[in-house]
Amino acid sequence: MKYSTLLSSVFAFGFFAAASSANAFCGFYVAKAGTDLFNESSKVALVRDGDRTVITMANDYQGELTEFAMVIPVPTAITREQVHISDPALLKHLDAYTAPRLVEYFDDDPCRPQIMYRTMALESAPAPVAMADALSRAKSLGVTIEDEFTVGEYDIQLLSAEQSDGLMTYLDENGYQVPDGAGRILGSYIKQDMKFFVAKVNLAEQSKTGNEFLRPIAVAFESPKFMLPIRLGTLNARGDQDLFVYALTREGQVETTNYRTQKIPTGQELPVYIKDEFPDFYQSMYKTAAKREGGHGVFMEYAWDMGWCDPCAADPLSREELQELGVFWLNNGNPSKPMPRGRRIMPQAQDVFVTRLHIRYDAKSFPEDLKFKTTGNKQNFQGRYVLRHAFEGEMKCEAATDYMKMVNERREKEVKTLANLTSWDRKDIWADIDKAGKGMKFDVKDRNDDRGPTWWKDLWGNE
Amino acid sequence: MKGGNVTRVPLQTSFLDSLLADPRNYQISVLSSLILLGLFHYGFHLPWWHVVGCVGATLTTQAVADKFIKRPFDPRSPLISALSLTLLLRTGSVTLSVAAGIIAIASKYLIRWRGKHIFNPANFGLVIVSLLFGAAWISPGQWGQATLFALLLLALGGVVTGKAKRWDVSIALLGFYASLVFGRALWLGDPLAIPIHQMQSGALLIFAFFMISDPKTTPDSRLGRVLFAALVASVGFTIQFAFYNAAGIILALILCAPIVPLIDRFLTAGLYQWPTQLTLSLSNRNGVSHEILDPAE
Repeated sequence: MKYSTLLSSVFAFGFFAAASSANAFCGFYVAKAGTDLFNESSKVALVRDGDRTVITMANDYQGELTEFAMVIPVPTAITREQVHISDPALLKHLDAYTAPRLVEYFDDDPCRPQIMYRTMALESAPAPVAMADALSRAKSLGVTIEDEFTVGEYDIQLLSAEQSDGLMTYLDENGYQVPDGAGRILGSYIKQDMKFFVAKVNLAEQSKTGNEFLRPIAVAFESPKFMLPIRLGTLNARGDQDLFVYALTREGQVETTNYRTQKIPTGQELPVYIKDEFPDFYQSMYKTAAKREGGHGVFMEYAWDMGWCDPCAADPLSREELQELGVFWLNNGNPSKPMPRGRRIMPQAQDVFVTRLHIRYDAKSFPEDLKFKTTGNKQNFQGRYVLRHAFEGEMKCEAATDYMKMVNERREKEVKTLANLTSWDRKDIWADIDKAGKGMKFDVKDRNDDRGPTWWKDLWGNE
Repeated sequence: MKGGNVTRVPLQTSFLDSLLADPRNYQISVLSSLILLGLFHYGFHLPWWHVVGCVGATLTTQAVADKFIKRPFDPRSPLISALSLTLLLRTGSVTLSVAAGIIAIASKYLIRWRGKHIFNPANFGLVIVSLLFGAAWISPGQWGQATLFALLLLALGGVVTGKAKRWDVSIALLGFYASLVFGRALWLGDPLAIPIHQMQSGALLIFAFFMISDPKTTPDSRLGRVLFAALVASVGFTIQFAFYNAAGIILALILCAPIVPLIDRFLTAGLYQWPTQLTLSLSNRNGVSHEILDPAE
């Protein structure tokens, strides 16, 4: 069986965020809806082993940089050395590597079968992060500026507070427009002994970088809390938000402990025209899957040993990239070279297991912050959808009729599967197939006549 | 012929009665239904050979141990332990499923004090295997929240029909745990949606109704059981919220179990016997008493 692979260029999921002055609580929690697919989305890479955590946060803020501000509750104090500005390409690569994928198989001439496949992946767009400033009235408000520094294009402060009122006043006076209801949540975090990582964009530094976008911020810290604070972000977001978590661990899959983590439907065969509609398909399928859980949920889209992939949507991350993302347990032995792009990448010991979780939430269905747990589960999982192309050439053998009937049955089934996964109407799907001119049913005529079943011919070889 | 009919009817009723009288039968059916629900509705990764391995391990261990101490073998208790383990222990290795089953049942025979075993067997097997081996773990989030009503119905069904004789410990545990998480929310100023969400955890409800309620490892007196529930709830709450371990309540049970003999010493009451055992020992008054021979249910 011969196969070859071709990685097509990838669909880009754009996350365009619009700025608004009412939206000062931005950054990781809030990205206001734009026009595209998974709007209100943020991306977070979580590297975790033991109590050590490195979190890299990116969002798709594309508004006025002066209006960008981010407030993140963090479990411990953070100093200058613990903050790093990351390369947006890293998260993009991680996103591409873990993206749900389409695989194409090509039927051969029914007289001589062989298979080829191509892979294409669904990817979310590059995502810069954004952020921050400071003053001295802090103390009288019960707010302590534990540390204050500029990293890359960000002015960062680490605040601790005695009570939420003081913190609210401080933030307000420093140009952070705090949404209604934030006081209560801030108060809860203060009592839980959390600190606040606040960031704004330093315009002078930003212009030096020459980037149009804001780069992701990485923070390293040590804490038994393995969680992501999402409550503040639900305050001023309208509707649902999408969060992508890429967890990198040593032991295995990461799951949420206070919400159910479920697997995205995978492995189904779909009509071939979906190749051009993949982002649309995936979006509808995700929505349908979430709807079965009340519209929201935590879905695992990928879980794999970082050493390889099959099929690959993108190469596994190299040792250098992993280190840059904060994977601190790699020994500095021989630097790894990713295997050539293309077909199956054979296992290379990386000692890194990646889990991609796609979380859609709102304040009502996700009242509590996300809590995670690393399990010893090293089972690989991927969101993978199969397109099976029928042989379209001239077929001049006895087997052709049976083959075409088989293909027609298969196509019926594929349409049913697609309708079931996406809640699309079956009639519409058939109409789309006709419109695309791909994967229509064969017009099958029985070999010699059309007078009903002829199975006895096969039995005795009539005539 | 008529006479034959007359004698058959009471025989059948008594069989049915004894089937219904023993809470273990009820528990076996509920746990099996939960496993099926997990498999078919929640898509648990639970290969059938893990279930077979775990059930086989508990039954075999119990049979061998019973033979050794010359006690009649009853498959129900080990079956319940195996089903609880299958529900709560997640692992990719069938060896660990088998090991958990053996450890669970062995603990009943080996760790004993004053005629009672100390640890809830499934709890013991679950915690030991998940702590010792990275390839086995507990998934507190696997049930999500939606199962609340289904579980409550099943559990309340048990309470109402009087099959679960230790419903008091379940209710007390949930009550104390609720007061702690609601208290925490009030102190933090959190919306009540948060503690409600925490109380809806499927894993917590399964624990309350099907694990801590084991009559053999809870204190004999009602006051003792309520005290015990308060203790487990507080320790579990502390582990969950101060040490950030989501399986807090399950760990709390194994930590608190050694205190049960102490509670029993101060708050004495009759040793629990399964209803079918009771009838057996009553009908065999001249035989050897089950209190002496029965170490391991």
